Amino acid sequence: MNHTDKNCKTIQMTSREIRDRMSGNEAVAYAIRQIDPDVMPAFPITPSTEIPQMVSTYIANGEIGTEFIPVESEHSAMSAAIGAEAAGARTITATSSAGLALMWEELLLAASNRLPVVLALVNRTLSGPININCDHSDGMGARDTGWIQIYAENNQEAYDNYIQAFPIAEDPRVHLPVMICQDGFITSHAVENISLLEDDAVKRFVGQYEPEEFLLNPGRPVSVGPYAVSDYSMEAKKGQEDAMERAGSVILETAERFCRMSGRKYGFFEEYRMEDAEYVLLLMGSAAGTAKAAVDQLRQQGIRAGVLKLRVFRPFPAAELAEAIRRCGCRALAILDRCESYNGVGGPLGSEVTQALYRAKVYTETVNYIYGLAGRDFTVEHVFGIVDELRDVADGKVLPPDHKYIGLRS
Amino acid sequence: MRTDIRNITPSTPYTGLTEGLQLYAAGTSRQFMSGEWRTSTPVLDMEKCRQCLLCAPVCPDSCIPVADGKRQAFDYDHCKGCGICAAVCPFGAIAMTED
Repeated sequence: MNHTDKNCKTIQMTSREIRDRMSGNEAVAYAIRQIDPDVMPAFPITPSTEIPQMVSTYIANGEIGTEFIPVESEHSAMSAAIGAEAAGARTITATSSAGLALMWEELLLAASNRLPVVLALVNRTLSGPININCDHSDGMGARDTGWIQIYAENNQEAYDNYIQAFPIAEDPRVHLPVMICQDGFITSHAVENISLLEDDAVKRFVGQYEPEEFLLNPGRPVSVGPYAVSDYSMEAKKGQEDAMERAGSVILETAERFCRMSGRKYGFFEEYRMEDAEYVLLLMGSAAGTAKAAVDQLRQQGIRAGVLKLRVFRPFPAAELAEAIRRCGCRALAILDRCESYNGVGGPLGSEVTQALYRAKVYTETVNYIYGLAGRDFTVEHVFGIVDELRDVADGKVLPPDHKYIGLRS
Repeated sequence: MRTDIRNITPSTPYTGLTEGLQLYAAGTSRQFMSGEWRTSTPVLDMEKCRQCLLCAPVCPDSCIPVADGKRQAFDYDHCKGCGICAAVCPFGAIAMTED
């Protein structure tokens, strides 16, 4: 595994490795079986449908005791998830694209009521045009809803991130919902090798869910989600924002504990061949695999290219990202968005990464690329073209374009 | 931590509020005089009332208390003036008046 860390290997692992082959959806469903959550309200939508379908099979076979709530829409799925979580049940759901969009109002309520719901998001474009394939416009559209967002490159990371979601969400310092994201079809449906953990080890890792306050708690009444007048609303939002900031260190602690169990190391992002990289591609999700393969070839030609794969998008690790770019001595940075913001100047990563660099006084050249919308292929040739352009920008041969589409017919 | 919410005031710093503004108590809506929102008020004519009790269970705000098998006076602290009680009364004993 290329993300296995040497330091971690020296630690006695607490789970035996189980080799298998699975799709990303299967991997998440397998993790759900191991965790055996209390409640799952869900409504099917491509490409996440397999997750509730597989969980239903586990339930029908008596392998888990999860209460599955078939609902009539995603709006109801998230509403039921909020009710169940507030009642004191460990609650999950899964969705994609328009399903997440229909949850919009409730996403904000899950976060502001500080309910640690875990949602498996299988990233798919938002209409229109209506299309079922991958981009990040669903997850990016929900970027300001107060959810923690963690993105996976492949099925292994989708599985590993999913297991880590519960200790992060349920930590008393955090108490926020978590979205575990994987690329629709590319990751969710492609079958790849995977290293699974033992059931007992996963159960020990996530532990029993023991909320401090919950509705079904006789003698200790609590009211959830009360109306707040203007004297209190702003203070409540700042309290929620503080929890998101605290989530950063909890994510790292959880990753360290996960590493001791699995041997696989995670952080806010992965730095691939970054130690002396002059040209860096910053991106999220499955395209990072393509970028790494291209960077390997460029390195053979003596071109110092590297990949910074962002894993944790919320909370946004601004200072750490900027420091990584500063450290490697990057001459030009490609910020790749699998999402259009329709703001006239680029995508969400383009905005947030350049802000992070400016605030940290890291004044490297940047180009914001839009790629892979609605399942458009992203290839190693595209990466070669990007790095060529970065070199020209860094050498002063061309001015950096404002923002540029990859693989667009023009 | 179960904070006594009676100690929270508009001068409490944000770190002193409860998580998600949870209230560690039940039935707290009783303390809010939401009847202030009312623009139309039901008035009971005791002469016409037969104590059939159809009005009490339909009140969405539980503002028609019942004791010893008889409806009591309206709880105007919480009545919103929706008029359902007046509509359901078979004897025309409840009249809606504009405030």
